[in-house]
Amino acid sequence: MTESTPTEAAMPTVPATPPQRLEALHRRLEAAATGDDAPDVHYRHLDSAVGGLLVAATEQGVVRVAFAREGEDAVLQALADRVGPRVLRTPGRLDAAAAWLEAYLAGRRQPFPLALDTRLARGFRLSVLDRLREVPYGERVTYAQLAASADAPRAVRAVGTACATNPLPIVIPCHRVTRSDGSTGAYLGGAEVKVRLLELERTGRLPD
Amino acid sequence: MTASTDPATKEPFERVVQAHGDVVWKVCRGLLPQHDAEDAWSETFLAAMRAWDRFDGDRVRGWLVTIAHRKALDVLRAGARVETREDGPPDRAVEPPGRDLDLWAALARLPAAQRAAVVHHHLAGLPHADVAALTGSTPAAVRKAASDGVRRLRALMTEEPR
Repeated sequence: MTESTPTEAAMPTVPATPPQRLEALHRRLEAAATGDDAPDVHYRHLDSAVGGLLVAATEQGVVRVAFAREGEDAVLQALADRVGPRVLRTPGRLDAAAAWLEAYLAGRRQPFPLALDTRLARGFRLSVLDRLREVPYGERVTYAQLAASADAPRAVRAVGTACATNPLPIVIPCHRVTRSDGSTGAYLGGAEVKVRLLELERTGRLPD
Repeated sequence: MTASTDPATKEPFERVVQAHGDVVWKVCRGLLPQHDAEDAWSETFLAAMRAWDRFDGDRVRGWLVTIAHRKALDVLRAGARVETREDGPPDRAVEPPGRDLDLWAALARLPAAQRAAVVHHHLAGLPHADVAALTGSTPAAVRKAASDGVRRLRALMTEEPR
């Protein structure tokens, strides 16, 4: 920008800001963003045993778990549009969610109660997620069984959509829903991740 | 344009911090000593985040620089600091000696109008007219202050012991 606006004497070079400086400043912002100044959405990245995750929460609870393949920009923009535009990266505020996911992926069946905010699912999709939360660890249901339990036995496709748009995969166990022919079916995080999660729940160990 | 309260067009605020954190830091640091600049930076983004769902302009950088400018003035008034008495021990303890320290130290020795003109025009990249609106001056006066400021800055920096 200096070059485009010449003056008689050239502006001295402005030193580049070290990344550590900007990180330290960001931490000050995170620490100050509480109470009335809290963001609409907190989020952090998590390098997990099933790949990179983005975990987001409101003041009410965890609102979104996203796999890297979903695309960070798209996930954050959707959160801005649907929850609120004050979306801030605040790793320290999501320690509980990160600990829950790490414990679960390490084989703990019920790590501890985790506050959830299911506002990203509405209507029928939300009722499907509610039924899903009742499917016990290590068990599987078919899309048809889930449709029946949601009092909509003919809505198998809609149940599939509800699972495919689950805003809280892993935490709300849509991976426990498999196809009637016995195959595991598709998954937000990739079919292979679904297979690994089912193995984790069967054996207590997440396969590589 | 549609209603400014429509949140559907707003990018996530974190993107604003990522895109403009550096320029806001340069403005804060150009106007304030190290520690005060840190406060001004976080207060700028906190205030911007508070207003983010209502902001409906398209010149985010200019908006942020305006907030940073006001925060810097607040800090200076609150501390009643003498501008030439900055860059004491905290700076030297944190930042390595060299050109980095020299620029900030030299900026601190400029008269206030030159300092603001250099920071907002050369560090933040605002046009002279925008700087004038920000500082309550005229574009011509800002142009002269920036030009004089840069000349003085270069003189200060070459005299600065290395």
